[in-house]
Amino acid sequence: MSLAAHVVVRRGALTLDVELAVADGEVLAVLGPNGAGKSTLLRVLAGLLAPDGGRVVVDGDRVWDDAGRHVPAHQRSLGMVFQDHLLFPHLSVADNVAFGLRTRGARRADARATAEGWLDRVGLAGLGDRRPGQLSGGQAQRAALARALVGDPRLLLLDEPLSALDARTRLTVRAELHRHLGDYAGSAVLVTHDPVDAMALADRVLVVEDGRVVQAGTPAEVARRPRTDYVARLVGLVLLAGTGTGTTVALDGGSAVAVAAQVHGPVFVAVRPESVALYLSRPEGSPRNVWPLRLVTATPHGPVVRCDLAGEVALTADVTATSFAELGLAPGAQVWASVKASEVAVYPR
Amino acid sequence: MPVPLLVPALLAVGFLVLPLVGLVVRAPWPEIGAQLARPGVGEALRLSLVSATLATLLSLLLGVPLAWVLARSQVRGRSLLRALVTVPLVLPPVVGGVALFLVLGRQGIVGRWLFEATGFSLPFTTAAVVVAETFVAMPFLVISVEGALRAADARFEDAAATLGADRWTTFRRVTLPLVAPGVAAGAVLCWARALGEFGATITFAGNFPGTTQTMPLAVYLTLQRDPEAAIVLSLVLLAVSLATLLLLRGRWLGRGAVG
Amino acid sequence: MSGHPPGHRAGRGRLLAGASLLVLAGCGTDSTATADGEVGGTLTVFAAASLTDVFTGLGDQLEAEHPGLDVQFTFAGSSTLATQIGQGAPADVFASADTAQMDVVADLAADEPAVFTGNALEIAVPAGNPGGVTGLTDFADPDLALAVCAPDVPCGAAAEAVFADVGITAQPDTQEQDVRAALTKVQLGEVDAALVYATDVRAAGDDVEGIPFPEAAQEPNEYPLCVLAAAPNPAAAEAFVALVRLAEGQQALTDAGFRTP
Repeated sequence: MSLAAHVVVRRGALTLDVELAVADGEVLAVLGPNGAGKSTLLRVLAGLLAPDGGRVVVDGDRVWDDAGRHVPAHQRSLGMVFQDHLLFPHLSVADNVAFGLRTRGARRADARATAEGWLDRVGLAGLGDRRPGQLSGGQAQRAALARALVGDPRLLLLDEPLSALDARTRLTVRAELHRHLGDYAGSAVLVTHDPVDAMALADRVLVVEDGRVVQAGTPAEVARRPRTDYVARLVGLVLLAGTGTGTTVALDGGSAVAVAAQVHGPVFVAVRPESVALYLSRPEGSPRNVWPLRLVTATPHGPVVRCDLAGEVALTADVTATSFAELGLAPGAQVWASVKASEVAVYPR
Repeated sequence: MPVPLLVPALLAVGFLVLPLVGLVVRAPWPEIGAQLARPGVGEALRLSLVSATLATLLSLLLGVPLAWVLARSQVRGRSLLRALVTVPLVLPPVVGGVALFLVLGRQGIVGRWLFEATGFSLPFTTAAVVVAETFVAMPFLVISVEGALRAADARFEDAAATLGADRWTTFRRVTLPLVAPGVAAGAVLCWARALGEFGATITFAGNFPGTTQTMPLAVYLTLQRDPEAAIVLSLVLLAVSLATLLLLRGRWLGRGAVG
Repeated sequence: MSGHPPGHRAGRGRLLAGASLLVLAGCGTDSTATADGEVGGTLTVFAAASLTDVFTGLGDQLEAEHPGLDVQFTFAGSSTLATQIGQGAPADVFASADTAQMDVVADLAADEPAVFTGNALEIAVPAGNPGGVTGLTDFADPDLALAVCAPDVPCGAAAEAVFADVGITAQPDTQEQDVRAALTKVQLGEVDAALVYATDVRAAGDDVEGIPFPEAAQEPNEYPLCVLAAAPNPAAAEAFVALVRLAEGQQALTDAGFRTP
């Protein structure tokens, strides 16, 4: 079981043009900002939207191509989980889960028994007779997952499955979803704008911005080596572009960064905010990366204060609330920022 | 409650309810038993209820699919189609009756062919009452159901498609139950309109006791002769329709709300 | 709420006025007005719908004789008009198509209502008489599509009386709300025959053929007329009544198919 697709959709200013492949048992996360075309991509993969070009191949069967092969959604083997669960409000939870079995010809009693089994697997045993409106958000999303998986589809599509849940519920449902995705043998595509979902659930991540793939890789790769500002911000890094010569990178915006490895040619430099130290005067010793910068904003961020800095280099520093208080900084203040060369990640552009 | 809403609302209630009060006050209560026992009253009432119910069923059968086409399909000229099917709302019902003659009468475009082939002529039959009432009342149902379909979340239909349901199954098992309250409201509106229908019925179906004389026709003709008796008949029609609507609301509409 | 006369009736009357003048063109031009010169202002006449053409013509004539006089008509079913007058509609003259409805407003009349003309029933058939109708006895044929007026309205009551006189059991398919509705069914060819008034057959033109029958004379429909006690314009009302009763009015009525009682 596998998915291979090339999807082209033109919608006004946005042109979506994405190629992807998902192997058996693999979970691909499509990560991107709102309006990047992620949901459009998923609707095309489901057969709910006709693309302007390309092809969708599931298990070697072309279900859509621009030569005229168009298999409608209801004739495909797929399960889909929607952001706000979309359980049918007029049916009981068990009937919702059994719906796909019934439309595919299963007998009522058989469908009901299978549905009950799935409700048990997602932790909703005994709630089958309830209406969707009587479930909590987390329970409803579990029921929606059971409804999508019950027919053992070749393709599982998840459209922002956790984003409608509150933070605590999201944590538990995410863990359960991870377990069910692990058991699932088909190809799964997860669309999300939350990097934590992508990192926690996916085997591979596709970053889509403005209708194009800007980065692809394992979650760890994407988290360590972001290639766009959007991804860098998501994973909490500052991304700087430059050109490497030896252990020095000349940044595109002027200035330079010293790095630990030998590099040549166009590179990205990624800096973790917690590795940036702030001083009121030029620090003693000889750290190679020291810049006089200006504090633009300071925002409390859990136990630290996130300081956005401007000057030769646009940096972000996370300092402890205590340090921040001792430094007595206010927006507009001049500070010295330093970062060790060994703390800077550098990789080819 | 804000006064700018409360005052007009009270005026509206007075405007709509006072004529009813007038009927009740002017009704010759001592004679009401005798009036009700007159031959033909029960017959006209039965005919009204039966024909309005049949007209509503016919409207459901044809009007719900039409509403779906108007709300969901991508056919060209949809807005023109919508305007055309709501014409009976603005057409004076008497003109509607004449128009039905021109199509379904024994000299009509379709009716002529039917009459020559079978000798059957629709006007002046109970079926003609149902046809006239359907013509006038179906747009109410179509508009209600189309509104409900537009308001319903079409993504439920996407969800059904991903679960293997073709469009017809989706319509039956998802769309229709979702808009059931809208369909019920439309059917009630349609039934009430059909029950009170006068102009198209008396024109196209004529007036004959037991065959085509519904309550509104009986009321109108009685008004020519005996206004007090006409008031009694109107009150009977009112009481029966109110009772029916209240019963339906309790039994059916109240439970129909979902989500 | 007082019953205001429906305005569109008067509008239709105006449209038909031209045609009626042609009918009257052969009549004398001698004034029939009363001697006093006070006739003016607005005269409001409530008249049975069947009088529309004749009365509109007579109204125009009266207006021509009395500059400054404006004659307004409300043509409708006699019972509707009687109800409106009972509710205080500001009419000067009421002309009813039967004595029963005149009796309803008898207390409101300024003088004793008097019959000024009559109308006899006639069989109306579509042009060419597709049903092959020959006389009143055809109304007992269940295979023909037949319309009569409902027994609640004057033309229906007259029809019932005629059928009783002749001794037949009529088999109508529909009992129409008024004579015009019955005539419409004939004009559309949806019935083979309808029992209406001679004047209606005359007014319907070429679409409709009339078949008179002798029994009609036994049940003449009498048209009474009165000035109302509350008339806002009694002088003009008297002038109009006089015009209707005198030779010219009677001639116009006869030309339209009415029968002098």
